Amino acid sequence: MSTTILRTEQLKAFYVLDVFGTQKVVKAVNEVDLEIMENEVYGIAGESGCGKTTLLKALYAAIEPPLRLIGGKVYYRVNDEEIDVSSLSAEGRRRLRWEYVSYVPQGSMSVLNPVIKLKETYRDFLDSHVSGKTKDEVFEIAKEHITELGLPLKILDAYPHQLSGGMRQRVTIALAALLKPRIIIADEPTTALDVVVQRGVVQLLKDIQERLKNTIILVTHDMGVQANVADRVGIMYAGKMVEEATTADIFENPLHPYTRYLINSLPRFGDKTTRESVPGSPPSLIDLPSGCPFHPRCPYALDICTKQMPSSIDLDTNHKVACWLVGEGEDGKAS
Amino acid sequence: MEKLLELDHLTKVFSLGSLLSRIRITAADNVSFYIKPAEIFALAGESGCGKTTVARMILGFEEPISGGIVHKGKRGEKSKDKKVWFTEGVQAIFQDPFGTFNPLRRVDRYFFETIQNFRLARDNGEAIKLIKEKLNAVGLSYEEFSGKYPSEFSGGQLQRISIARALLTNPTLLIADEPVSMVDASLRMSIVNLFKKLKEESGLSVLYITHDLATAYYVSDRIAIMFRGHIVEMGPVEKVLMDPKHSYTKLLRESIPEADPKKRWSGAITLSDIEHEEYLREGCKFAGRCPDVMKICKSQVPEDMYVDDVLVKCHKYTGNEDA
Amino acid sequence: MSVLRDLFKDYRFALSFCVLCMLLALALLTIFSPHDPTFWGVVPRDLKPSRDNLLGTNSKGQDVFWQATFAVRNSLIISVIAGTVSRVVAVLVGMVAGYKGRGTDRALMFISDSLLVIPLFLIIVMLAMLVRDMMNLVTLGLLLAFFGWAWDARVIRSLILSLREREFTQTAVLSGTGTLQLVLKEYMPFATPLVFSTLINNMAWAIGMEMTLAILGLVNMDIPTLGTMLQWAISYQAILLGYWWWILTPIILAILLFVALYWLSVSISEYLDPRTRIQRVGAQ
Repeated sequence: MSTTILRTEQLKAFYVLDVFGTQKVVKAVNEVDLEIMENEVYGIAGESGCGKTTLLKALYAAIEPPLRLIGGKVYYRVNDEEIDVSSLSAEGRRRLRWEYVSYVPQGSMSVLNPVIKLKETYRDFLDSHVSGKTKDEVFEIAKEHITELGLPLKILDAYPHQLSGGMRQRVTIALAALLKPRIIIADEPTTALDVVVQRGVVQLLKDIQERLKNTIILVTHDMGVQANVADRVGIMYAGKMVEEATTADIFENPLHPYTRYLINSLPRFGDKTTRESVPGSPPSLIDLPSGCPFHPRCPYALDICTKQMPSSIDLDTNHKVACWLVGEGEDGKAS
Repeated sequence: MEKLLELDHLTKVFSLGSLLSRIRITAADNVSFYIKPAEIFALAGESGCGKTTVARMILGFEEPISGGIVHKGKRGEKSKDKKVWFTEGVQAIFQDPFGTFNPLRRVDRYFFETIQNFRLARDNGEAIKLIKEKLNAVGLSYEEFSGKYPSEFSGGQLQRISIARALLTNPTLLIADEPVSMVDASLRMSIVNLFKKLKEESGLSVLYITHDLATAYYVSDRIAIMFRGHIVEMGPVEKVLMDPKHSYTKLLRESIPEADPKKRWSGAITLSDIEHEEYLREGCKFAGRCPDVMKICKSQVPEDMYVDDVLVKCHKYTGNEDA
Repeated sequence: MSVLRDLFKDYRFALSFCVLCMLLALALLTIFSPHDPTFWGVVPRDLKPSRDNLLGTNSKGQDVFWQATFAVRNSLIISVIAGTVSRVVAVLVGMVAGYKGRGTDRALMFISDSLLVIPLFLIIVMLAMLVRDMMNLVTLGLLLAFFGWAWDARVIRSLILSLREREFTQTAVLSGTGTLQLVLKEYMPFATPLVFSTLINNMAWAIGMEMTLAILGLVNMDIPTLGTMLQWAISYQAILLGYWWWILTPIILAILLFVALYWLSVSISEYLDPRTRIQRVGAQ
């Protein structure tokens, strides 16, 4: 029986922009319900601009103008108690960060301070969370941490620019795991990395998860990476979660037409037959289409798809999907 | 014509570092290959292997230290007009679609300028007709393109616009430098299918530079794998990628995440830690990470051998025994 | 124009624009001046401001108000000449040095750096002393321009150096664009905010420099400028004698001019900054 460690309820977070007098509202996260368990790798997949990064910001309680929390709630489970994140003070949130939940942002290789050696960076991190350690003790903690994760010791004496891109990315992830957080949120950790380096980074994430038995929320548009590392996958489109299931289920039995496109658009070895990518382009989050946001690009769009957003349906194999096509078939009710 | 473009022992060395500690990196070491007309040739490898340097040398943005480039039978002259010689038959598209165009200028300006500079049309009407033709070839309409700035398009759209611009001069060779790495995985097919279509319909050759072996397999005819400045394996893409001979090719092939949860990666791999470390190695540059390394690998660079129609640079096939 | 409307939303631009319009109007009033500004004794001396003399009269027997109109006009002329000439030179030198590189770059930067290193003030003072009698508005403007381009040439050069490495330079080359066209069409839009803000700053510097030279007595003291007005007031002990209208006029006008120019420069360069411009460009 696994317990929920993070939960959202109808989460709504929009960017309210004021560009020289005209107001524009970007509906980045639009009524999202999530339930993430302990000891699992949860993947969030979707194209660029679908709202994934905003969702992560909301989960990490890093909502700052022009991003505003319009509605819904985010709950953490800390020490067997459910806490509403928005009810915490700024100090309370700060304490939770890094010790309970840590965040690896996109392009995080630039997170490392370029003018100090890596062991100094470690000291910086530890000083702000754990007080009263001498320089030597900090160095010991850093050494232990690095070797545990299989990274070479000599990198501690190096400056960030001396390390390869893949190593920097791995160091950033290792730093995120320093205080053994219960949740690690990683935003596109493998994008812009070479294929072999990507494998190394994913390997590190898996190692960390196995060691700490915590939760990793991994956001990436690369379904190949999701297949390799995630236990459950949620597909996001235009600010909404359109499908969610175990990895095996999503790949074997994708129900939402968008999911099917995502999976079929990836080339496979041994197969040179023509593949199609998702037609059209992602919708603008300022000017969303009516009803289901996918209908302009969906080859099976029904009339109702243009009028009403389908609600999420719970199929028994732990598979959720929000699509009128599935709704009609499953419960036989016209909606 | 057998060979549209041929590279002959092209070499480029960069000096890095300060006065006190200069290191010389051979970014491209005697690189030789050729591209046939109406063929998609993939040059694959990870970042830092030298493939972008090779592309820049072909386009004339870098000078090679030695070696030559032969295009349609003519050798590249070190003259001022080299760029002109290239830019009519050869065009290029780049990795970052948003960097390809000046963010402060409208995108159609580049089209009109290309037409003007190469005298491709006699008046404005003809120019627009030509632009429409090329936009249609990449699946875009003139209405959704005209008068807009780069920030008003998505990455995938901009990349297609970039291809349309390159097609204006009716080139015979398109150098595509990592054209899909900054595009979402699900949208890559639309760009890569374009290359296939253009090859089949207009006989365009493409030098497809990438680190994504999956799309390279899908779209190319022949492929060369580069590692730290050397071509380590080269041949028809079926043979090289389905039956890799060089250990590095095997590593690359296995590291591609397949969209199938039953085919997860097994076994850990080691990565290189310090930048430039592998470049300065004696002998085979891959010896530090190779699972099949032999004693000779650390001291001698392997020669190029032909095994079953595929060129391989590995001591396993040179027949050299351990010293 | 929508550009002006957007600019006016910034209070700094709105205020400075109004102040500058006022000062320009003042300068234009010189056409209606009843007195020749270089003559002395045209009105009774040391009178307080009244209906006949809006800002009173000074100890030389000149109407302060009409003197002020000429002062503003002349100071503006000097600063405009200094600013524009130095911009043109800075842009030319910066762009050529940045794009050509190597020998041309080194030669041009050598000249530019020499001008930066030489103690500016001393040279200006020395030159001013030598040509004092032949000094008029234009020559003073050119003198100041000669010293105003070196710094900005370097700034523009580094901008060009970084733009040269961007991918759209390669796209332009592949489109067959020649060097001159490339620099003008591709790079100028990035350089415009720089040129604008440094133009206005340079103008402010020129006015300040002119006032300094005037206090030192190194310009033609008969031509009314903000600096010469101030200098005459000081040398006639206007503060001690309580002739506040004479000494405060050039000071307040100078302050208004400086603040207005500064706000104008800041608001325009923020508006023209490529980063905010890109945001705006897509939003329409």
